[in-house]
Order: sequence, then structure tokens, then C-alpha cells
Amino acid sequence: MPSPDAVVIDANGVDSLITSLRAQGFRVMGPVVANGAIVHREIRAAKQLPVGWHDEQEPGSYRLSHGDDGEMFGWAVGPESFKQSVFPSRSVLWRARRDGQDLAVEATGDDVAPEAFFGARPCEVAALKVLGGVLAGAASPDPVFTRRRETAFVVTVECGRPAATCFCTSMGSGPGAAADFDLALTELAGPSGRFLVRVGSERGAAVLAGVASRPATAEDHRARDEVLGHAVAAISRTLDAEAAPGLLARNLEHPRWDDVAGRCLACGNCTLVCPTCFCAAVEETTDLAGTVEETRRWDTCFDLAHSYLHGGSVRVSTRSRYRQWMTHKLSTWVDQFGNSGCVGCGRCITWCPAGIDITEECAAIAASDGAVKTSEPTAVRDR
Amino acid sequence: MTETEHVSPGPFVPSRYRVVDRKTENSDITTLWLEPVDRPIAPFKAGQFNMLTAFGVGEVAISISSAPGAPGAIEHTVRDVGAVSHALASSQIGDVVGLRGPFGTDWGLESLTGCNVVVVVGGIGLAPLRGAMRYLAENPAPDRKVVLRVGARLPDQIVFPEEMERWREMGVDVEVTVDVADAAWTGHVGVVTQILTELPFDGAGAVALVCGPEIMMRFSARSLIDLGVSPENIRVSLERNMQCGIALCGHCQLGPFLLCRDGPVVPYAPLAAELITEIER
Repeated sequence: MPSPDAVVIDANGVDSLITSLRAQGFRVMGPVVANGAIVHREIRAAKQLPVGWHDEQEPGSYRLSHGDDGEMFGWAVGPESFKQSVFPSRSVLWRARRDGQDLAVEATGDDVAPEAFFGARPCEVAALKVLGGVLAGAASPDPVFTRRRETAFVVTVECGRPAATCFCTSMGSGPGAAADFDLALTELAGPSGRFLVRVGSERGAAVLAGVASRPATAEDHRARDEVLGHAVAAISRTLDAEAAPGLLARNLEHPRWDDVAGRCLACGNCTLVCPTCFCAAVEETTDLAGTVEETRRWDTCFDLAHSYLHGGSVRVSTRSRYRQWMTHKLSTWVDQFGNSGCVGCGRCITWCPAGIDITEECAAIAASDGAVKTSEPTAVRDR
Repeated sequence: MTETEHVSPGPFVPSRYRVVDRKTENSDITTLWLEPVDRPIAPFKAGQFNMLTAFGVGEVAISISSAPGAPGAIEHTVRDVGAVSHALASSQIGDVVGLRGPFGTDWGLESLTGCNVVVVVGGIGLAPLRGAMRYLAENPAPDRKVVLRVGARLPDQIVFPEEMERWREMGVDVEVTVDVADAAWTGHVGVVTQILTELPFDGAGAVALVCGPEIMMRFSARSLIDLGVSPENIRVSLERNMQCGIALCGHCQLGPFLLCRDGPVVPYAPLAAELITEIER
């Protein structure tokens, strides 16, 4: 039976959808090709979408190619996630001005305009939820994140062409979209320009009302199943998400950490492209007039300063920093927030200049679960 | 057409507090008495910390060193070890600093009824325990003995010596040791575990509050366990880089803990015992 919540639109419908979102006051952020990658920019029309573009991703490699197939969403994920939209990489928190011994503090904050996240992959939608668990779920929530997320309109597009680095099936975040969207699109195979649209909220229905569509048929739903079935079959990487928390917690002295430390450059690329990494540093600067400005900016646990404590860093070795990142993502995140910090988008694999693959590292530890580096006595951990 | 709204960063914005008194404790440790210029922070518990801003330099986590509920200014004891703590320790009466808090877990003083208490501190580790000590000394209970064991590197690095004398007069069993003595020192010489070889009561059932360098806390915990104190009854105060105090910035992680939220005071067993190490190899 066709679901009353699903309709089918064509390529013009995608354009009307963007127009309809703009008419409702949303700044539409969608995928475009720029600087050799698919990134998010404000879009006004469907013709700005990466029609015919495909991404080829491997550990340490990302390339775009163009085909004549006319697919609008024939790619997986680019380096940017919608993290940027809900959690800007830099924001000013407050300013203080000195007046003799007195001082005035002025909260600055952010101007939040409602945005539509157009073309967010299901793994991205899952990442927004993970990020929300940290930044909106805290006892003192981050007000700017919370408002940005609340006002965002999510148009997710299910994955038909996952990349070689994807492992969302292991993390339960894709390739299909189950929840937390306003509208979910699936680009159906066959004659180009057929999209199944499912409604996830009243707002979604309101936006869709202004778009020419026809009710979805059973055949349309079958076509969606086929797209997702192909996507699932195309995903080759796996990670045992259920076993990872315990596995990593009991293998903090595993020799594999030395092995990966020999390859890791501690550059922090993985944390920048990760859609859930939330570490932020707070910095204070003073201008020549004496105005103090407090800024919050993305930080990375690969930076020595991240663990700085009077006199030195707690995590000096690359081994300890990589271990912190990976155990946090897959293991202690569960202790801290009740869910995994990884959604399986594969960005950390693609954008690692050394091609380090989190799924491979996890599997290597599992393969010799319990192995312990024996060259150094444990007493060396004492300072 | 897009309407924007302004959203304040809320919990990231400090309240202004004025330095109303200061005391140089020793060569690098200073206590500041702070009173609110605008909105005061919520009531705190012993063991919690605040984020203090030296305007123009930065913000650091400093534990509260006065007793909860005490009237008057809120006290912070600052060790001058970096740019921000130097600026704070150098601030003068009348200066304005920023303050956010109180944050984190506390020593759980309300649970310390009907049990003996062992307090073990190293160096400035007495600062986060000073509020708890004041409370325990000033509220004696017939069924509770309180023991304080203090270790310092040098005699002139012992903090709050006059106050320790007062607690002794109020019935607290106080012993102090230094790593290296000078000509005037007549007390114990050695690390703090050397004055933790016996207790005036059965360790079983006692609660221990421990604060100091992590290696000192680990060895102290072992001594306490040898004295019969249950590992679950040992509470330690842990420290990591803190930049927000509200579990949003990610810096204070120690394994499963976000120490600004789950700490600084955590039970020694089962998790902290495995984790406390000043450098992760």
C-alpha cells in the first residue's frame, strides 16, 4: 500500500522545494561543487546541486568525477558536515571593557537564522543527534547550538552511492533515514529525476504542500527499497559497534596503539571532518584599546595543548593522543553520553593524510584482544 | 525574508567579582576573597570549583577554599603556575575578576555522619579540602574522629599552618610531614604515606578524602587500603585541563569521566584507581 505520507516529485519539484523553503524563511544550505569537493553553501536553485558528480573515496583519498547520468545526489559525503551550521568553528562569547579598576562584561552571542540542511545524509542526521546529546543534553546546554538545531529544517537524502570508506550500516545510521528529519528524499533509479519524498514532521508537510507531486505508488516504494538494497550491498567496511566499547576499554596497553602512532601525524584532520567531534578551546585576546574578547573555537585532542595541565601535557605521545580520540569516539563516549560517538560516515578515513582507517584499527585490536605491550614495565607510567 | 534572532552564550559568560582581600600564603600561593559585583553564583558545596577569569589573560578552574554556607566573601587559593594563575595570584584588592560556577561534584559532607574520616593532602591539595576541614572541625560529632595527614615538599610550602593548629585544638588529629626539612623543622621528614602507617581507629568503615598530585593519591590510597579502608570509601579529587566547566568543551576527559561534570571528586574504586596517572603513555 502506498503510504499517504509519501509522494513523488521530479527534478523541477526539487527546485520548487528549495523555493518553498526559502519562502518559509529558511536559508537553504545545500551541496555544491567547490574547490574539488562537495561542500555546503547557500543555494537558491536545484541547478546549483552537484548534478552528475560522483565522489571516489579511499583511505587518504577523495576525488570527484563527472558522469552523464544526471543524478543529483550520486555521491556520499564531502569533507564538511552540518556541524559547521549548528556549531560554528569560531564564535565570540563575550567582550569586556576596562574602565579604571572597573570593567564591563557584555555577552555577545550569535545571530541565529533558521537554516534548511538540504541533502544531509542519514549519517549526518544521526551525527546531529549525537552532537545534540552532548551540547544540548548537558545540564547547562549550549544555548547557541540548541537554538540552531531547533530552528534547522532537515531535508535528508538517502544514500544510493555510498563511498568505499562508508560504514554507516555498522553504526546503525544509514543508508536509509528512519527519524529526526522534516523531509526525506530518495533519488530513485530509472528515468532521471524521480524522487520519493517522505514526511517526518508537520513543518515538512507544510513545505511540501507548495510543491507539485503525486502520491507514491507501491512501485515507487519498491524502487526505494532497491536503491537502499544496492547501497547496503555496496558498503564493504564494517565495525563491531557493540563490541568496541568493551574491547577498547580493556586494551589500553595493546601494541596496536604503537603501530598506529607510527603512522599518525597527529594533524587533527580526523577531528575537523568528524561530524560529532565537539572539543572546543576558549581563548582570550586583548586589542590595543584594551577590549578583551573571549572566543570559542574548535579544538582537537591531537593538539598537545588539549591536555595541558600546569607544567605540561598529560598526553604527550601520539600513541596516547590517537588512543584518546579513538577510545573516546567508540568507547568512553558511551560511558559519558549513553551512545557511540561514531556514525560511520568514513570522513576520518578519507581525510586522514596517512590513510588510517578506524575500522581497520579496531579490527586489529580485536584480532589480538588482550595483547599487551611488554617492552616497558607499567611503572614507567609514573612521572 | 530570513529572520535572525540573537542568542546569548549564557553559561559561558562570567559574573564579575571583586577582590576584597588577599593573603600571600607562601612564595607561590595566594588566597583571594571575592565578593559579587553583579549576580552572585549559586550556593556551592565543599570540593566544587569555579572558573576564574583574569580579564585579558584567560580563565582557569580553581577550587573553592572556603566553607559552604559561611557568611562573607568566597575564597579561592591560587598557585602561581601559569599565565592566568599568575595574573590571578597577582590581583590586588579592588580588582575585578570573572567567576562562573559552582561546578562539579563535592566531597559529600552530608554522608560523613557516624563514620570516622581520614583526610590526606599533598601540597596545595589542602585548598579544595579546606572547606570540608572547616566544616568537620567546627561541627564535631561524638561518633566521628577526624584525622588529617599533610605532606609538603618543603616547610615553607605548607599552606594554612595556623588554621591546622586551630583544627588540632578543636580535636582533629593533625600530622604534617615534609619531603625535605630545613634547620627550623622539627617534625616528620618523608612522604605522606610514611605518616599513614596507622590510624587511631579501625580503617574499615572510615571514609577517606584525598587530594594532591596523582602519584601521591595513588600511594596514599594503597596505604589507606592497607589500613583497612574500603577502596569504595576513598574519595579523590582529580584535575585535568578545564575550559568550560559545563561538560561542553571536552578537555577534562579521563577515560569515562568528564571531570568537570563527573568529578573533580570521584570514588577511587573501581574506575579512578586504574586511570590516575599524570602522563598517559
